[in-house]
Amino acid sequence: MSLQLAPLADSSVPWPPSVEEFFPPGLVGNWVTKFSIMVWIAVAVIIVFFLVTQRNPKIVPNKAQWLGESVYSFVRNGIAKEVIGHEGPRFAPYLTSLFVFICFINIFAVIPGFQISPSSHIAFPAVLALISFGLYWYQGIKKHGLGHYIKTSVLLPAPWWVQPILLPIEFAQILIIRPLTLAVRLFANLFAGHLILLVFTLGGFMLWNAGNIALAAVGVISWGMAIVMTLFEAGVALLQAYVFVLLTASYVQTSLADEH
Amino acid sequence: MALAEITGDISSIGYGLAAIGPGIGVGIVFAAYIQATARQPESAGLTRPYLFMGFALSEALALFGLVLAFVFSNPA
Repeated sequence: MSLQLAPLADSSVPWPPSVEEFFPPGLVGNWVTKFSIMVWIAVAVIIVFFLVTQRNPKIVPNKAQWLGESVYSFVRNGIAKEVIGHEGPRFAPYLTSLFVFICFINIFAVIPGFQISPSSHIAFPAVLALISFGLYWYQGIKKHGLGHYIKTSVLLPAPWWVQPILLPIEFAQILIIRPLTLAVRLFANLFAGHLILLVFTLGGFMLWNAGNIALAAVGVISWGMAIVMTLFEAGVALLQAYVFVLLTASYVQTSLADEH
Repeated sequence: MALAEITGDISSIGYGLAAIGPGIGVGIVFAAYIQATARQPESAGLTRPYLFMGFALSEALALFGLVLAFVFSNPA
């Protein structure tokens, strides 16, 4: 592998990437990474966005207020009410913040100059998944009590001889599988997207430098594909934010559901 | 005498195999949504959250394959 990538090392492309790439140049201290700066930017932009759009609400909204309200009502009506039901609006503020935050940190994957999302670092999706995990356990325990909550979510209506297989699966589901898949889905989507962009961009450099006119033409096509995949990646970033919030809402809904 | 030699990492092949099932699954999910919408166009909005939920749940398996391919790969 390292032999095939040797042309990259000779060219001006910074290859191979190392851990040092995560640290912005000129800043002292290893507690600030590019990811933490991106998260700060995202948080600042979200705070300013909602402050500006909702600072002076009117009955007839102007454009900014309309934008802020349509984001909120999309999550409130499209996810919270749709999935959780009449108790949904209670969770709408958290779900909206989550949705907008994940949208912003995901979209860094395609913004020139950043081109990598904090979500492609497992720590950030893991913390978000842990919050969702805490949320649906807390809501389930608050509504049913610990024992009853576990009983309602683990004991499904099935023939008794299926239960030995079903019980461990359902138990692992609420304890391990749900938060793990939440975190890994977000992480792997953005990580894979980053890899695909790298493959087409650096692959283009390798083909361009291959010293063959036909291969150089393929390299240009490869760069074109990199642009197409950037647009695709933007779609995936927003879709994954939607999916994360949708699944969080669905887990809260199963915690709040009454006995089958 | 070696007739053929393959170098590289077998975890890439493992990921390729792991992507087959979720690929079929995601196809089935979208096929079912298109069919449901064609039969009952006004149900499109009603079933859309389930479309994305089913899509995300099947896709998660392929992504596990991707992550495990990196976990079990031997960095050369």
